[in-house]
Amino acid sequence: MNSLFQLIQNCRLNRDEVTVRTIVLSVRPDKASYSGGQSAIVGRVARFSYSVTLAILLVFVSSSQKASGLPIFAKKTGLRCSACHEAWPKLNTFGQAFRDNGYQIGNERDSPRYLSPLYWPAGARFATAWHRELNTAQATDQSATGVQPLTTQGFDISGIDLWFAGLLEKNISFVVLPSSDEYGNFHFESGWVRFDNLLKSPWMNVKVGRFELDNVVSEKRILTLSQNGGTYQMYHYLPLVDPKANSATPVVAGETGASTTSFGLGDNQLGLEVAGHSHNDYTRYSLSLLTSSDGAVNLPTSKGYDTFLAASRQVNINSLGPQRFGAFSYIGQSPTEYLTQTPSGSTAPANIPGSGYGNKDFTRTGVFALLSAKKLDVVPTYMHGAESADIALGIPANETAPKGVQNPGWNGRMLELYYTQNLQFIVIARYEDIRNTRQVFASSVGNYGDLDAETIALRWMPFMHSRAGLAICPEYAKVHQVGVSAIETNKTLSSAFIGLDFAF
Amino acid sequence: MKVFLRGAMFVGAIALGFAACAVAQNVPLGTLTGHFKQGEAAFPRYCNGCHGVRGDGKGTLAPYLDPKPRDYTMGVFKCRSTPTGSLPTDEDLFNTMTRGIVTAAMPPWAPLPPQTRIDIVVYLKGFSPRFANEAPGIPIVIPAESPVTVSSIKHGAELYQKLACAKCHGAKGHGDGPDAPTLFNIKHEPLPPYDFTVTERFKCGVTNSDLYRTFMTGMDGSPMLSYADKLTPDQAWDLVHFVRTLQVARKSKENSVLAEAGGQKLLLPSQP
Repeated sequence: MNSLFQLIQNCRLNRDEVTVRTIVLSVRPDKASYSGGQSAIVGRVARFSYSVTLAILLVFVSSSQKASGLPIFAKKTGLRCSACHEAWPKLNTFGQAFRDNGYQIGNERDSPRYLSPLYWPAGARFATAWHRELNTAQATDQSATGVQPLTTQGFDISGIDLWFAGLLEKNISFVVLPSSDEYGNFHFESGWVRFDNLLKSPWMNVKVGRFELDNVVSEKRILTLSQNGGTYQMYHYLPLVDPKANSATPVVAGETGASTTSFGLGDNQLGLEVAGHSHNDYTRYSLSLLTSSDGAVNLPTSKGYDTFLAASRQVNINSLGPQRFGAFSYIGQSPTEYLTQTPSGSTAPANIPGSGYGNKDFTRTGVFALLSAKKLDVVPTYMHGAESADIALGIPANETAPKGVQNPGWNGRMLELYYTQNLQFIVIARYEDIRNTRQVFASSVGNYGDLDAETIALRWMPFMHSRAGLAICPEYAKVHQVGVSAIETNKTLSSAFIGLDFAF
Repeated sequence: MKVFLRGAMFVGAIALGFAACAVAQNVPLGTLTGHFKQGEAAFPRYCNGCHGVRGDGKGTLAPYLDPKPRDYTMGVFKCRSTPTGSLPTDEDLFNTMTRGIVTAAMPPWAPLPPQTRIDIVVYLKGFSPRFANEAPGIPIVIPAESPVTVSSIKHGAELYQKLACAKCHGAKGHGDGPDAPTLFNIKHEPLPPYDFTVTERFKCGVTNSDLYRTFMTGMDGSPMLSYADKLTPDQAWDLVHFVRTLQVARKSKENSVLAEAGGQKLLLPSQP
């Protein structure tokens, strides 16, 4: 779901607040070397695995009745939601094929001409929840040290996603997705039209508009919804500048400083995608040409273009089921300076939208696998991120960088486990870590900004049919980051959450 | 630029690898063994919304579907390689599931792993006692296709009239023959005749051999009878060639041959 709870939405949609999310977490300055290391990671994984196992054992198992996505497609195709979704909204192999085929199941009934005039390709998704948020190092004036723990809790609501999706004509599909925050402020999360099966070949499909990148490990279909568990950290991580190492450009601990990008691989992007797949969807590829604006409309940056490539291949192991392996690479650029104009009555010059120049590169490259063994799905993902130091520090390309500055790089690893007890009940566990391999300043502490995130959740769908569905979603998520509090200590954020996620 | 090239080469190399093994992934049915238990688990996810938990075609979505989902309890199947009245082979059921039914809600389930499909086949056979008591029929033999010629097509057109195909399917294959409104399936549900002009596919396949097979086996449970005792193999191929020309938008050898010889008007004298 897009824009579920505010922070989730902020993370994905609002450029400034992406920064807020990535800075969130934090470090102890006197701890020159973070006690991470391989053994600590293994220990955490072990503890996490133990929690997962325990949760699975404790889980009550509901009877399997009817189950399962957005009623738009279920209503249209006559198929059960579970035909396309492992658990709504996570796609299974058939759902991925349906999506790749332009929301067509491949028979002559796909064209809207065959639909009842009463059918309108619309659906909506909303959620309400109780949640408790903990921040172990909230910056505050009232604390002698500058930070103190803060816990808050209460009932909350999400924004709403209004889905319009389907076919304009056979082999011409579309999505228009107005989405709001919880205050009712709307934007267009998605809006595209896709020409499917060009030259009568499934290998040639062209999509234009604002759309999700071809992430098979899809953040938009994430099954966890809380503030700290509702996104993939690695899809949004940006390198931080260690204030202690940086004397040239003042930055606040945990903030990305003057970074000129807030790019997120999970953010919807504006552009054109050429994609294709084999008839059975086992082999698929996509190549996108994207406006360099991280999905922001009205050409706010410059004339640059980014590129995203992805390919994956499914193989079947008879006793286990389908296994998919894939790779992706995003090659982007961001302007490092702008023409400015000082508005009358002000002394502060303002950037002129669209006038960016001095572009510098950034990349995100990774591999993933969707492995399944009967009721258990295992999704390992690895990603390497790199970008120009000029982007991280916001230094104009034609200026000399401060001494000791280097292009930052980092590795992200994620392991997701899904245990699908039956069509109505799924257990989700996720562990992520991000390790910086090169800090912006060579003299920085090596693990500054390193991050660990753990999430465990259940999703129980008491009913889900072609007209409406409800999911009850208890969840716990924790994110720990090194050195990013206001006083450069470590910071942990956690969410305890129980939500009611429904579509109609 | 160097970064771009590195990224492109990385993904490109992987894509090439995938394409290479795409060729090697065809798993013949013969190597698969279906498992009832696994089929029992998969059937509710993919099938029982339409076909019902008891396989009787009374799934929760069935009232909204037209044509209605197959009732497996009757053990009667349209798409078979076996003679009319006999049970289909496992491969027939597997192929139907893989191919889908082009004018019904039944999608092509090709994206599901072959193992899942064969598991479901084994499970759905359990709905009908026929499978426990009878062996499937012996698949009919499909002889080599005769050459596509103008005379073959013309002869097929004559057979189309003689066998009264047009009474249901209409003179131009639109499924609008005079008897069309009166047709029902074995469960007395209205079943309009197939409109040959809307697609390049047929209910039970896409190739000429598939169409030949349909003529000879019939579509049990529907008004489409078997013509095995009315057509010789050569006549059946002639009829196949003519029916292909009813798919006017299709680029086919039949349409090319007919166009070169003068087009549809060549067939007019034999049409009412």
